[in-house]
Amino acid sequence: MHELSITESILEISLRHAAEAESEKITDIHLVIGQLSSIVDDSVQFYWDIISDGTAAQGAVLHFRRVRVEIECQACGESYHPEELDLSCPACGSRDIRVVAGEEFRLEAIEVE
Amino acid sequence: MKERIPIVEKILSANDHIAAQNKSALDLAGVLGLNFMASPGAGKTSLIEHTIKKLKDRLKLAVIDGDVATSIDADRAAAAGAQSVQINTGGECHLDAIMLQGALSELTLEEIDLLIVENVGNLICPASFQLGTHKSVLIASVPEGDDKPYKYPGMYRGVEALVINKVDLLPYVEFDMEYFQQGVEILNPGLVTFPLSCRTEEGLDAYLAWVEAEMEAHRRVVQ
Repeated sequence: MHELSITESILEISLRHAAEAESEKITDIHLVIGQLSSIVDDSVQFYWDIISDGTAAQGAVLHFRRVRVEIECQACGESYHPEELDLSCPACGSRDIRVVAGEEFRLEAIEVE
Repeated sequence: MKERIPIVEKILSANDHIAAQNKSALDLAGVLGLNFMASPGAGKTSLIEHTIKKLKDRLKLAVIDGDVATSIDADRAAAAGAQSVQINTGGECHLDAIMLQGALSELTLEEIDLLIVENVGNLICPASFQLGTHKSVLIASVPEGDDKPYKYPGMYRGVEALVINKVDLLPYVEFDMEYFQQGVEILNPGLVTFPLSCRTEEGLDAYLAWVEAEMEAHRRVVQ
């Protein structure tokens, strides 16, 4: 359900930037979503088709770029991509970690005509 | 002719911006804001009632309640002795910073020490929306089962304190505390945890001491 609020934000940001560029039609929207963000692509697409109707973004294609989780161990400096839920360091077992990538949740670019 | 416009804007930047404003408003008035999140029925409102009853002689409390419908929870908070505001989300599964901003405007923040925001009962969506509160508290409960950290990692990763409610039911339900806490430790190492029972009041004092300590620490920071 929270995909609706998120999709509304995507539409608002896209329309604002298109208006600033004096474009009348948005053809593509590029999203960057980290694997740790709980967003369902299909659900965003579903709401998108409804709420973009009648706007400059109607029919725009949503592109989802997923970013792998990357962790840096604060104890030994190891950098790794955890495959499982367990984010602890595979080298030294420490749980003192920093998430370097995987929490992204942003709009990277739009394409306009 | 197609043109690419780089943006690099956080999708929830509007929400985050309002959340920052909410936090400033709370800080200005010296209010500590706690965001209570849990699944439906975990005991958020019961814990809030106990918090009000035990601390109302020492702190001025207010509660903002988020629910899809009804004012049952805000009424319970008011009956326990706190100022209360109900937000009906009308179907939305979470509170966001804009809803909280509206509710804050109904309170006189200068007359409050501690604000508890009771989020909509849900272990997924509330984790994605910052409100501008200072600490997030997750209330788990024994009957929900010991697998919840594994199933809802986003929620368990993003909180500063964990209450495990209804520990008086441990003899009657299958709940492996070690397995549960192992899941918590994986996601949120060293998370401060309070096993307690709102019904028997076992373990409640440690949780209340934490709230008071957070209140003290917050006062020192904002002064």
